[in-house]
Amino acid sequence: MFMFEKALTGSRKYWTWIACLAAVVFLAFLAYLRQLDVGLGISGMSRDVTWGIYIAQFTFFVGVAASAVMVVLPYYLHNYKAFGRVTILGEFLAISSVTMCALFIFVDMGQPARVLNVLLYPTLNSPMFWDMVSLGGYFLLNAVIALVTLSAERKGIAPPKWIKPVIILSIPWAISIHTVTAFLYSGLPGRSFWLTAILAPRFLASAFASGPSLLILLCLLIRRLTGYDVGKEALRKLAVIVTYGMILNVFFLLMEIFTAFYSKIPEHMEHFHYLFAGLEGRDALVPWMWTSVLLAAVSLVLLMTPRFRNNQTLLPVICIVVFLSLWIDKGLGLVVGGFIPSPLGAITEYAPTLYEISITLGIFAIGFLMVTVFYKIALSVREQYTQ
Amino acid sequence: MIISRKKFLKLTGISMLAATGERIAESLAGTAPSAGPGSPRALTAKRWAMVIDLQKCAREDGCTACIDACHRTHNVPDIDNRAHEIKWIWKEEFKHAFPSAHNEYQAEHIESLPVLLLCNHCDNPPCVRVCPTQATWKREEDGIVMMDWHRCIGCRYCMAACPYGSRSFNWIDPRNDIAQLNPDFPTRTKGVVEKCTFCDTRLAKGELPACVEACPQDAIFFGDLDDAGSEIRQLLKSEYAIRRKPELGTKPEIYYIV
Amino acid sequence: MRDRSLIYLGLLIFLAVVTFPFTYNLAAGSGEMPDLEYPDNETQCVESKEFMRSSHMQLLVDWRESLVRENVRTHKTSDGRTYDISLTNTCLAACHTRKGDFCDRCHDYSGVENPYCWDCHIDPEQTERSAR
Repeated sequence: MFMFEKALTGSRKYWTWIACLAAVVFLAFLAYLRQLDVGLGISGMSRDVTWGIYIAQFTFFVGVAASAVMVVLPYYLHNYKAFGRVTILGEFLAISSVTMCALFIFVDMGQPARVLNVLLYPTLNSPMFWDMVSLGGYFLLNAVIALVTLSAERKGIAPPKWIKPVIILSIPWAISIHTVTAFLYSGLPGRSFWLTAILAPRFLASAFASGPSLLILLCLLIRRLTGYDVGKEALRKLAVIVTYGMILNVFFLLMEIFTAFYSKIPEHMEHFHYLFAGLEGRDALVPWMWTSVLLAAVSLVLLMTPRFRNNQTLLPVICIVVFLSLWIDKGLGLVVGGFIPSPLGAITEYAPTLYEISITLGIFAIGFLMVTVFYKIALSVREQYTQ
Repeated sequence: MIISRKKFLKLTGISMLAATGERIAESLAGTAPSAGPGSPRALTAKRWAMVIDLQKCAREDGCTACIDACHRTHNVPDIDNRAHEIKWIWKEEFKHAFPSAHNEYQAEHIESLPVLLLCNHCDNPPCVRVCPTQATWKREEDGIVMMDWHRCIGCRYCMAACPYGSRSFNWIDPRNDIAQLNPDFPTRTKGVVEKCTFCDTRLAKGELPACVEACPQDAIFFGDLDDAGSEIRQLLKSEYAIRRKPELGTKPEIYYIV
Repeated sequence: MRDRSLIYLGLLIFLAVVTFPFTYNLAAGSGEMPDLEYPDNETQCVESKEFMRSSHMQLLVDWRESLVRENVRTHKTSDGRTYDISLTNTCLAACHTRKGDFCDRCHDYSGVENPYCWDCHIDPEQTERSAR
């Protein structure tokens, strides 16, 4: 692959980091071999809770992938110059996230060898088919955009004209991936926790808070490690995006809670009951959910006060708080909570097993590995150009 | 592979020609193949459905005749771990089967009824709607919601979509937990979803579903909902019957006489 | 080109790895066709021996599509005989009663140990043994 050679030269620190990630991936691979051999029985999932941490992470990282639109849109559509140094990072983060999503789906399948059946028997009425189409398309779009713009930059020329419509297309496409992912859930008649028209907007809002906060953290990290600075203005604007995303997300969540608890329809209340108070003494997720609420409240106070939001030392803390709060909410509570109680009123709890956690960490490591390599390439090209 | 495929197509072509020729001969001579939908022995309907008389079902306390028969017929494993359970037909408390028909002061003879649960073979099945590979589909000719265990990729989307909890997933290899293998039916492999298929294999052989046949109280009725003269239609005409969560619009085809 | 020796070494290793299956089989001397047990009660399979040898898997795939998806439960052979579609009851129980001496022997020979058919489809001989 062109420009890949840039990723093959690096400091001792760089290679140690790569080796650490590779080790985590290797351990996860061993765990996955075990899962292949025994079956998904090695997970904490059950007849009642049929999706667990894999699908929850999938859902969460579709959001991170979609959030690239928050840098692409201002930069390309509104010619917002301050994002000039961060856009490519957003696109590479999107590519890595989509890859992680595909892997999370893959490890969740009972018969992974048959995965191509989805293409062999394309089923237009299944949201899962459309999810595959939209994620695959998004991956391609971002890969083409990132590579074409970056290689043009390396040669010191303007990117070809045809890339502009591709970039414009990637904007609604980003919205589509998270909308279709929400449709996976929100169209199921017996699952009242997800059966809500606001699920897709809520997904997007939380994505536009969690994705950019991860991007800010990555920007700050590479500034410290390499000196590459995306600029104060870009960070400030990203923080504003996180603020609006978080406000909308909390607003949408409160709307859900109002509808459920004012209407007092039991099926709509009981999942919230389980998550925030526990049902019949089963309350494994309660501390998590309240942590999420607390973090969300703290983050809102910090984000909405310009003095805190614009404070460069406080910014990473705020981003971590936002990210954790949303990760718990969406990467844990949203999927698992929808299954408890079951349609037959059974309260079966779920906790991931060590195998599941290892495999999940392995996929995180693959994501980090991709981000590291991509950012290395992008920054090397930029350094060369600016020198 | 390409050559063998060509050869195969050629052979199939010849055999189809031969078959057509024979079918003509058969229609002249009045004979037909031994089994299959064209077989005179096969039970056919426009819309299979089931009526379960819960009062009759409750007559014998703790009876599991239909469950045993079904699970034996279909090599359903008996797994000790509740998380990994596989169930095609089972008993559930009334209030869990019919949450909206339940109230605190309900008559004891209703509230204590054990309710037989199985796949509802919905006329408008959400599981079929979501399946990304058509591994589960509604059979056009008789409405049975079928399973293709060769095609299922094990994504479990159907399980999330089913509002009745009728589907089970093979979290582990089921073979070790089947006491006595029935060679007339395959087992399943780990990683696929399974459920009741209204005994489509038995119907093709002219036999009623295993649960219907095994019930010592004759509490389970099976027939063609499309046929106004069928036994189940007569029953539905004369008895008050309810269905599970009809408000979801799935049109379940299992009717319960309470 | 001081890397020349390294490049040649690399190529050599590559060749060795790629041709390993062939060299392995040559060394193991497993070129002999296995001796298969044919049923005593039947002289004819559902299709010709040559066809079955090369394409029984395609036939089985077709059977499964026909039975599961189309509810067509019988197979007409090219010469007009009729069989019930069933791996366990037609192929095994009626003819190849000793799967180990027929299916497995050839599968082992051609390096397709345990095709996943047997994950689900039952060898009736085995259930008899376990029942005893």
